[in-house]
Amino acid sequence: MSSIPLSVYLVIALLLFCIGMFGVLTKRNAVIVLISVELMLNAVNINLVAFSLHGVNPGITGQVFALFIIAIAAAEAAIGLAILIALYRNRKTVNVDQMDLMKR
Amino acid sequence: MNGEFLAFFVFALIAISGGVLMINLRKVVHIIFVLMFTFLSIAGLYVLLSAEFIAFVQVLIYSGAITIMMLFGIMLTKHDDKAMMSVGFWRSLAALVGIVAFFVIIFIGINDLSLGEQATTLHENNVEQIGIAIFSKFVIPFETVGVILLVVLVGAIALAKKDEPDEEASKYE
Repeated sequence: MSSIPLSVYLVIALLLFCIGMFGVLTKRNAVIVLISVELMLNAVNINLVAFSLHGVNPGITGQVFALFIIAIAAAEAAIGLAILIALYRNRKTVNVDQMDLMKR
Repeated sequence: MNGEFLAFFVFALIAISGGVLMINLRKVVHIIFVLMFTFLSIAGLYVLLSAEFIAFVQVLIYSGAITIMMLFGIMLTKHDDKAMMSVGFWRSLAALVGIVAFFVIIFIGINDLSLGEQATTLHENNVEQIGIAIFSKFVIPFETVGVILLVVLVGAIALAKKDEPDEEASKYE
């Protein structure tokens, strides 16, 4: 079957997760922060699908959970963009460090 | 080096370089375009992991729907399309140090990890297996996801709708 070992997939997913986390922590544009969150969710999906092929108890369950995560990620992107557009309409900014309504 | 290794190498290279370019590019539209390549190559990785249906869903949802939605988000909130990069040098340095520490710790954990034997029947009738699993074992989570998507549809419309001054109501006052 597949001759590529499990740990290589896990390292790829870890790299993508770290890149996404760096984007979340250092970018100021809220759209890019949302995209970085999507990248982190993709890394988690790679892990789930890899474990469904190579895991301790291999089976189809990991792929089903990856499907659920994709659905929830799409929902999160939609609601995040809606919040962002509403905020932009009121505050005229998309920078996350200027969205400090709850701090004052 | 057989074909599987070559395909894996190409897909992994495109995915990682897309992520690195995402960190370094300045314009938001370019960032989203590069991210689309990352999502597509992740779909290729799913094919290598014998998850054809997930790969299909990935191409449809991510490189289709979410990319277009993010482009709409940029167009609707654009005041300058340059992503003002950093949050200051020291804060990005602190974030970088933390993330490198995280990477090293997890990497020590997963290096040379291998668990048991692999599944051998995942690629035969993949869609049928997923359908049987969803509609027998995971019916309630599936319905819950449907309800969540409905709530998100209604909520996103309600949030993004412009609040007009209510003429109909004021007419009857």
